[in-house]
Amino acid sequence: MNGSNSINLTSLLIVSSLVIITLVFSYSQKLKLEKEIIFSAIRAVVQLVAVGYVLEYIFGFKSPIFTTLLLLFMTFNAAYNAAKRGKAIKHGIMISFLSIVSGTLVTLTILILSKIIAYEPFQIIPISGMIISNSMVALGLCYKQISSDFKNKREEIETKLSLGADILPSSIGIIRDSIKTGMLPTIDSAKTLGIVSLPGMMTGLILAGVSPVEAIKYQIMVTFMLLSTTSISSFIACYLSYRSFFNSRKQLIFMK
Amino acid sequence: MEVSIVSLLELQNVTFENDGKMILKNISLNIELGDFISIVGPSGSGKSTFLKLCSQLISPTNGTITYHGKNFTQYNPTELRKTIAYCFQTPYLFGDTVMDNIKFPFAIRNETFNQNRVDELFSLFHMSTDFLNKNVSNLSGGEKQRIAFIRSLLFKPEILLLDEITSALDVDNTKIVETAIDILNKEGVTILFVTHDVEQSKKYANRLLTIASGEIKSLEDLI
Repeated sequence: MNGSNSINLTSLLIVSSLVIITLVFSYSQKLKLEKEIIFSAIRAVVQLVAVGYVLEYIFGFKSPIFTTLLLLFMTFNAAYNAAKRGKAIKHGIMISFLSIVSGTLVTLTILILSKIIAYEPFQIIPISGMIISNSMVALGLCYKQISSDFKNKREEIETKLSLGADILPSSIGIIRDSIKTGMLPTIDSAKTLGIVSLPGMMTGLILAGVSPVEAIKYQIMVTFMLLSTTSISSFIACYLSYRSFFNSRKQLIFMK
Repeated sequence: MEVSIVSLLELQNVTFENDGKMILKNISLNIELGDFISIVGPSGSGKSTFLKLCSQLISPTNGTITYHGKNFTQYNPTELRKTIAYCFQTPYLFGDTVMDNIKFPFAIRNETFNQNRVDELFSLFHMSTDFLNKNVSNLSGGEKQRIAFIRSLLFKPEILLLDEITSALDVDNTKIVETAIDILNKEGVTILFVTHDVEQSKKYANRLLTIASGEIKSLEDLI
């Protein structure tokens, strides 16, 4: 990148040849992914171009109400996607929305109070994007785990119910395992930061010319905020969703 | 004035369907306090489903079940299951140690651990309380079944539902469990005992219920 902070269009076109390498692999190995690769590459470009222009417009439009509405829109989309992973969960979108909002709210409040960021669109939107998308992934994992555990651990739950336990003590092991499943990828990636990878934000800052010593401060902030958000969101989502697997007579629902 | 005698547990035209398949149909039965009813029938005839209905782990598709004259639906299912204990054919021990299992019934009732009751039950099942610290994965099938049984009896139930609990036990363990069941029945616990063993079914029971293809085929008095 010649030490500069911008990429020109010609360079970008040359880089596009990397997609051709992927296509060659798919074709030669008969993976039948060519259509999907072309579609996703075009889609990525279109989405990113659109988002680039939208963000440029939004960053100039310094209304806190507009920023908040945009954050809510992002959260709703994330909640909708996360809920798809737990189809057995009643009110999955609502539960996901509440969980992500809570995680995001707590984390952003601390970031703002510590004066690391301000409630300015150019800071709050990218940071919230990272928080919300991490929560979405964590919730997807939680839902997948909780759904499969309630299906596969029927014997354990019914044994506890038959002893007179309420649905919470009967499900507590499953709830905790699911929270753990949601949190582990973030914990694991925190453990290997700087050793296995230079994460996105830090890489971005370094590429933009910020000194690595300065960039790590931001990365530390990102790591801590993702840990807090995934734990809050996973905790709330699992504790709100386990009831979906029981009926009003506190019986475990049959799942196919 | 006419005095009506209320059964302890009464099933009226109980039907249970799952996934469009009829498992039990039109089951009507009165179970009196102190009854010892053995339940026999071929595999898949609906015996376990019958017990699960009695413990409210499932609800009938049609018909009603009353307990002390009150519909099951009027009870809190959790409270109901504390008085109607269910022992599964394959015992499931959770946690790491036997102690985790023995503490559980006390914990869910917010009661303090009653060592005397634990000692009493371990002795009834010919087990040493040294087992309390054993890891559940190191127990034999017979030991697991007895621990699961003890776990269900820490707070004496009014009705005990036993689902082929001796089917995987050797002769000695079977004898210990049978004797314990007989003692409990003599102490006033009502027993519903599903078994495959015809001889065993008639040993202590006062009534023998035969279920086949989801229906009651016969109910005979044994004493």
